[in-house]
Amino acid sequence: MPFTPSKPSPARILARAAPEARWRPGLDAQPFHSEIFASASEASGAGLALALARDALTSDAADGAVEDTRQVLWVQDRAAIRLGGRPCLAGLPPDLRRRLIHVAAATPEDALFALEEGLKCRDLACVIGEIAGNPRALSFTASRRLSLTAERHGVRLWLVRLDAERDLSSARMRWQARAAPSPPPRWNPAAPGTASWHAELFRARAHAPGEWMLCDDTGTLRLRSDPDTDVAAAPDPVHLARPTVGRSLAARARA
Amino acid sequence: MLLADARALCPDLAAVPADPAGDLAALEKLALWAQRWGPWSALDPPDGLLVDVTGAAHLFGGEEALLADVMRSFAARGLTARAALAPTAGAAWALSHYGRPRAILPPLAGEDHMLRQLGDLPVAALRLDDDVLTVLRRLGIKRLGELAGVSGAGDDPGQEAAARDALRRRFRNHRSPAANPLLRLDQLLGRVPEPLLPVIERPMPLVQRRLMEPLRHRNLLDRVVEDLAADMVRALEAREEGARRLELALWRVDGEVLSRRIELAAATREASHITRLFAARLDDVEAGFGIEAVQLRASWSEPLSLSQADLDAAAEDHGTALAACIDRLTVRLGPKAVTRPVARASHIPERAQGWQPPLAPVPPSQGALAFHTRPLKLLDRAEPIAVLYASPDGVPQRFRWRGNVREVCRVEGPERIAPEWWRERSTARLRDYYRIEDEAGRRYWIYRQGTLGDGRGGVPDWFLQGLYA
Repeated sequence: MPFTPSKPSPARILARAAPEARWRPGLDAQPFHSEIFASASEASGAGLALALARDALTSDAADGAVEDTRQVLWVQDRAAIRLGGRPCLAGLPPDLRRRLIHVAAATPEDALFALEEGLKCRDLACVIGEIAGNPRALSFTASRRLSLTAERHGVRLWLVRLDAERDLSSARMRWQARAAPSPPPRWNPAAPGTASWHAELFRARAHAPGEWMLCDDTGTLRLRSDPDTDVAAAPDPVHLARPTVGRSLAARARA
Repeated sequence: MLLADARALCPDLAAVPADPAGDLAALEKLALWAQRWGPWSALDPPDGLLVDVTGAAHLFGGEEALLADVMRSFAARGLTARAALAPTAGAAWALSHYGRPRAILPPLAGEDHMLRQLGDLPVAALRLDDDVLTVLRRLGIKRLGELAGVSGAGDDPGQEAAARDALRRRFRNHRSPAANPLLRLDQLLGRVPEPLLPVIERPMPLVQRRLMEPLRHRNLLDRVVEDLAADMVRALEAREEGARRLELALWRVDGEVLSRRIELAAATREASHITRLFAARLDDVEAGFGIEAVQLRASWSEPLSLSQADLDAAAEDHGTALAACIDRLTVRLGPKAVTRPVARASHIPERAQGWQPPLAPVPPSQGALAFHTRPLKLLDRAEPIAVLYASPDGVPQRFRWRGNVREVCRVEGPERIAPEWWRERSTARLRDYYRIEDEAGRRYWIYRQGTLGDGRGGVPDWFLQGLYA
């Protein structure tokens, strides 16, 4: 007998609020376990993971408005360190510089152990993992373990998979990320701009799959609609400039 | 004389390397041992001990008997000693170093009597610095009596006061006791107090179990470790301390001692946490014919006051604390694996960042410059890139990295970072850093090592060091 989709019962519809069909930055209900597939020859996977983590943490803390001082655990296995390097303190977002704990695991098994221990810790803001390739240890069972631990303890995990195939996983949202040409800065169009990514959400529980151009606008995750029209939205480092006080009065009078 | 010269003169010379730290440690142990004659003792480095025997001499049958006991005990341990007993620490020091052997200064004698007894000692008995001794020798003062203005024959208060006055005027700028003979003289006579730092033994918290039957199975060993952890927690609680380093020693029947050591990220007093950490380290224990004794000691402990448990039990039971999480990671992955990046005072990118234990306090650092855009990730070693085509100003337009050819679209730079001449050799080359973006939007941090014609090598090489997000 062929499967016929039946009408869901009203109780099931009423039980939970209808999820937003299309994902956008700044949503309240973020999943606890996400995977980001990226190439190892660019840092877009880690960059997108950090941006998504900051997006989730700010939407969590929007009501509290207390500065988050919890630590962030960043786990890498040896292959990921060899391919993509270690986090650089001066390149991290300023609020993360003082609260990053780095774990350099030798093997994927050790990295998974560190991820799980981090998810069990109540004092961590979130856990970011980087594992290269498709190791045997990272099976569907292992990812299911991570999902359950994360949901049980309420600590979010973003797992970056460098140069990996899209194998079986129980992650609630799965992204494919790659670098995108950055918006040209206003004052020097020949220079590289702020971080931009082309992100494809290919598997998610609550949202429909889709593709977005995302960019990191001084710490907040934004959508980029069209590369041509957002020249004005490109970063403008006004905070580096100061009003010219202290000039001579004659110069002001002439002006 | 050099050791080589001395050996030329006497080929049978036995040479022993000096070990000042070891000597001091031995002296500390000796000071604790010397507390058998009095309630407290103090160090007098490099080779002296002071023991307070006030009211304790009768236990040994009088002061002479006490000194005889001291000499006997030291001789039995193969140590040569000079002992003396006096009412003040300074007088005892003077007598033991410059007096006759086993000299005893009776306490009932007054100051004048004391000075007369000690008047024949050289001025070096005052524990003075060498340059002060030189000054006194040049002044012609050799004995304590001359310094204090007291001659052996008769009392002359005027002469004594004049000598005191002269001393005070000459050494009025010398505040330290070792440079001021008058102060030392007063300390010798007990006119001014002389505080001493006593040596107090602090035993290491230590618990052990001697087992009636040797253990050969893991679950029994786990049980014993659990009991020991509970005992250790009680021992630490009594001292209001928490353990930072724990050492577990296992004695096997055949005499072998196995030891396991864990270090904790924060002072802790949780039996279950300690048990769990040791359980991860006991997997490779070879029990042999059995383990007959287990000992747990806290070789490093820090103050940890008693605190009330959280009223809301759910918050405690849910998850683990950060320190416990880091301990678990450290025990399995090793102490080098769990670190925190901290800024260091350097411009060279790979040296500007150090790694330290995660819960150690972060040292203060200078704020970074806002216009320095640094990559999100730095490669451990900068990887060489092959420049296939460069623009006229030398910036690569097309390069090969990890087997792929990249086309450079946008460039910003150079940012010149000079080598640190105080640390590197003079042939180290400067670096010109460029931020680049290729046609797909991948952003990299590359640098050219050296410039053409800087006299420090041939054609400069290009390296890729960082990946921007």
